Amino acid sequence: MKMNFTLNGAVASWSGPPVTRLAAALRDDLGLTGTKIGCDAGDCGACTVLLDNQQVCSCLVAMGQVEGRSVETVEGLETTDGGLSRLQDAFLACGAAQCGICTPGMLMASEDLLRRSPQPDRAEIEEALGGVLCRCTGYSKIVDAVLAASQAPMPRVSPPAGGAVGARIVRVDGHAKVTGRDRFGADGIPGDALWIRVVRSPHARARFELGDLAPLHGRLAAVLTASDVPFNGFGIYPDIKDQPVLADGIVRFRGEAMVALVGDRASVLSVRDDEVPVAWAIELPVIGIDAATAADAPQVQVGRPKNLLLDGGVRCGDASAAFAGCAAVAEGVFETTFVEHAYIEPEAGWAERVGDRIEIHVTTQTPYMDRDEIASVMQLSRESVRIVPTACGGGFGGKLDLSVQPLVALAAWRLKRPVACVYTRPESMAATTKRHPARVSAKFGCDAAGKLVACDIRATFDTGAYASWGPTVANRVPVHAMGPYAMPNVRSWGEAFFTNGPPAGAFRGFGVPQAAIAHEAMMDGLADRLGIDRLEFRHRNALRAGDTTATGQVLAHSAGLAECLDALRPHWRKAHVEVAAFNAGGGNKRRGVGIGCMWYGIGNTSMSNPSIIRVGLSPAGTLTLYNGAVDIGQGSNTILTQIAADALGLPAAQFALVSGDTDLTADAGKTSASRQTFVSGKAAEGAGQDLRRQILRLANAGADAVLSLEGARLLVRDGAEVRTIDLAVAGPLIGEGTFDPPTTPLDADGQGVPYATYAFAAQMATVEVDLDLGTVKVLRIVAAHDVGRAINPTLVEGQIEGGIAQGLGLALMEEFLPGRTENLHDYLIPTIGDVPEIECILIEDREPLGPSGAKGVGEPGLVPTAPAILGAVHHATGVRATRVPLLPHRLHEAIVAAKGKLQ
Amino acid sequence: MLAGGTDFYPSRVGRTIEEDVLDIGGIAVLRGISATVDGWRLGATTTWSEVIAADLPPLFNGLKQAAREVGGRQIQNAGTLAGNLCNASPAADGVPCLLTLDAEVEIASRMTTRRMPLGQFISGVRRTVLAPGELVIAFHVPNPRHSARSAFLKLGARRYLVISIAMVAATLEIAEDRIATARIAVGACSAVAQRLPALEAALLGAPVDGYLADRIDRAHLAPLAPIDDVRGSADYRRDAALVLLRRLLAGFAA
Repeated sequence: MKMNFTLNGAVASWSGPPVTRLAAALRDDLGLTGTKIGCDAGDCGACTVLLDNQQVCSCLVAMGQVEGRSVETVEGLETTDGGLSRLQDAFLACGAAQCGICTPGMLMASEDLLRRSPQPDRAEIEEALGGVLCRCTGYSKIVDAVLAASQAPMPRVSPPAGGAVGARIVRVDGHAKVTGRDRFGADGIPGDALWIRVVRSPHARARFELGDLAPLHGRLAAVLTASDVPFNGFGIYPDIKDQPVLADGIVRFRGEAMVALVGDRASVLSVRDDEVPVAWAIELPVIGIDAATAADAPQVQVGRPKNLLLDGGVRCGDASAAFAGCAAVAEGVFETTFVEHAYIEPEAGWAERVGDRIEIHVTTQTPYMDRDEIASVMQLSRESVRIVPTACGGGFGGKLDLSVQPLVALAAWRLKRPVACVYTRPESMAATTKRHPARVSAKFGCDAAGKLVACDIRATFDTGAYASWGPTVANRVPVHAMGPYAMPNVRSWGEAFFTNGPPAGAFRGFGVPQAAIAHEAMMDGLADRLGIDRLEFRHRNALRAGDTTATGQVLAHSAGLAECLDALRPHWRKAHVEVAAFNAGGGNKRRGVGIGCMWYGIGNTSMSNPSIIRVGLSPAGTLTLYNGAVDIGQGSNTILTQIAADALGLPAAQFALVSGDTDLTADAGKTSASRQTFVSGKAAEGAGQDLRRQILRLANAGADAVLSLEGARLLVRDGAEVRTIDLAVAGPLIGEGTFDPPTTPLDADGQGVPYATYAFAAQMATVEVDLDLGTVKVLRIVAAHDVGRAINPTLVEGQIEGGIAQGLGLALMEEFLPGRTENLHDYLIPTIGDVPEIECILIEDREPLGPSGAKGVGEPGLVPTAPAILGAVHHATGVRATRVPLLPHRLHEAIVAAKGKLQ
Repeated sequence: MLAGGTDFYPSRVGRTIEEDVLDIGGIAVLRGISATVDGWRLGATTTWSEVIAADLPPLFNGLKQAAREVGGRQIQNAGTLAGNLCNASPAADGVPCLLTLDAEVEIASRMTTRRMPLGQFISGVRRTVLAPGELVIAFHVPNPRHSARSAFLKLGARRYLVISIAMVAATLEIAEDRIATARIAVGACSAVAQRLPALEAALLGAPVDGYLADRIDRAHLAPLAPIDDVRGSADYRRDAALVLLRRLLAGFAA
């Protein structure tokens, strides 16, 4: 059927089944991939467009209903001369786009609002944007942008040579994000590609036999099973390749891949799961830590007795003996659940065979690890594999593991045709990794003066069916679990057990957020027992430069927790006065203030994690950052450009960017562990310095010479003298920098130098609890972070604000239950109405090892948030949450129980 | 059957749509709100946004409040009254309000039309009495005999885009400063949203004052049969319904 309508002001027509979703028609047939699909179910709003001037989810609009109407998409926002609209410009200037996957939806929802109400207030903005989820920004800068859109345009920051570090320049990759031109995993799939649909296990633990697949072969190009995979095991650690690409007769979690159907898109979608013959022998699954550690527990993996993946810890002093002398002791057990990354872009990508090589275009956090893993799975050389990262619509650790990569690679290799795979939202949620559920038992003791004396912590993790990043979590947590405090006697143990849950992997913080809930509850408990203010108690015990950590590491520099607490103190005192005044009014609402502190080791734990960055100057005068560090929205493309620019001595605005492609860049490691600013940034600094040295040598100029690049001529001003380098003759010039943070292995007692530097932070939350309903509204967060040096304060704030939103979700609403919350309406992440106004305070206690003194901030934003919120709930109600998320019914139950005790 | 698409498409994620679909979204007579001789007619495919924008008496305040709590603005712009009803979710945000408005459902088939009280239309979780070949075409809300107001409260675990844990709706008709008629309903606390006749009876003759909420007794919630699910426990739902009802009634006096 043919539909005629108006598309971005122009006459348009489209032919096809009228029940086709508008989102699909826009993307697949009309070439407008600026409209993103995050869920296909109206839950995320990424596909928001205007239909007759009203915002709608284009995934819910039938093409038959578009006839005669007006459709407007992000592609229609630009001004007639191709410039950014005021709104787009404000999004770019305010840093409202991070990964950019929700940006088109946010823009269209904002556009809808601004047409109705040209000068909206915050409440109107929340109402209008309430239907679009963002997982990166914490919404703060989006609200700022919509407010700014009705004001005069903000002047663009364009620092001169040498002034980039510390400047709020706009994202170097931001223009594509606010125009919808950025290409994510599902945006560049060739029209002639075949598609894969994966058939997954509905059972958490079962044996199975596939029946006769021959009838399917007639409808499809290929049906791939375990026997088609050359090396059917992958995993993060070189010695633990325990997860099959396609299950071989045994499934160990619900959602595990079994069969890959390959064919044209309509054909693979039309095959129902029950048309794939499977004979099941269902077994009782091992669910949860208690089941995994029971004496008679069945083994999840052969060769893993007691279902133990790994254990180990940190010991110093004699904790058991030291407790006897403590003036106060606090104890508690805290539990967390599986948490889903819920990036708005589901896993997506495509592969094609180019001669004897395989090229994979995919949304990923780790192109080099992907390359090596695909080489292993396909039994090819590393040189035979090229990973071309697309824009990444959010990662948070979830795109560090393989998803579509091996499937599209295998099929494309075998069929010699491009092959694509895009996960559905339920598939993304069921099949990919989660945050580790944890049970953290903690006991802390201090002396009468309020100085910490001893702690004993046992952190037990459910690592799910496969190892993934489980060892990383189990190793990192014991180092951090005592919190950012000087503690002479420590016993800190971490252990991870296999279960038939989804594989628990990397998720912003690698287990530290779970542990922080425990150590901060202990700190509150001890402070309360001694009658010391909770902030002052932390200040008294804060790790400072010169202190020795529990692993025996002396913190020589950059330990700014006390400064963070100093910065919070006036807010803290004011909030206490305000809360007391509010609560004096009685009623069924109570307010409270809470505080959370954290420290976070930047980079891998006691393992080499080098980055190599290059800066090139071509004969034509093109200055390029060759950046293997993938920007997943956090801003490393921009940060590394700023660092390299100042190291070289040319303006950041002159840089072009080549990002991530394993053929064109050097290995800058994975985007995880908050390492890109510190590690790759240091390498970028080295690359800029290296290129500068080469230029100065060519010009025979001194170290203070001033460079300027004018086309293919490079001018070098050294005092009064100006020398010109003709790049057409002298080029290309390549500068290279490499950095591997210095660490040492941990011994049997966990003694050593696990990280070269640590980030520190303190956050405070003000909450309002509805005592009768058990609901919690977070009213305000103030976050003070020691980041060493803020290379770009806007991007740093964006990381903190986004981390806070995820920490709020962890504390109050997020709970992944296999088979039950596999969509974005049963699995709740914070909306724009749930994240309060956030005030960021940046403390810059320079780290001499880092570029311009910078450390990392990616994960630290999240870690202290849940502890601060839970502390505030305790302050308001007297209830100490021991299980998160603190859903309304759980808090209500606890409030009722506490009342019962009082009566 | 397809109108706003807000339930149709989410139940078809990642698969081809092969069944026959009747799209009623373009039928103008099914849409819009109009006054009739004895009340109001709300067309089946009237969207939540149209309810919010409509110039309606205080009788419809509750329905407007409910409309603002449906999904986000995108869903309000697309989702329809009849879709919400026919999807028959226990947590359908529109149903408690329509129950308290004493709405009748007008159902058409090729040969005839019939009307029935809304309370008889939903027969269970995701089930209605609609027969093959039948279509809901409108809701009819009778004019109240006295001055009437309605109100609605919803409880969810986040601010927007949230499925209700519990919700309550009430319509009160006031004559000579006393409650002449009360209709009260609770959603998401039983398979089908329930009226609370005992509470309605207890409110008759009461003045609308600060003591109104005190007239609620836990026993009035007897028709509810909440369940435990990912959003909340049964006990919590029962307690929450009580709290919400007290606040709802207190709101009438405010």
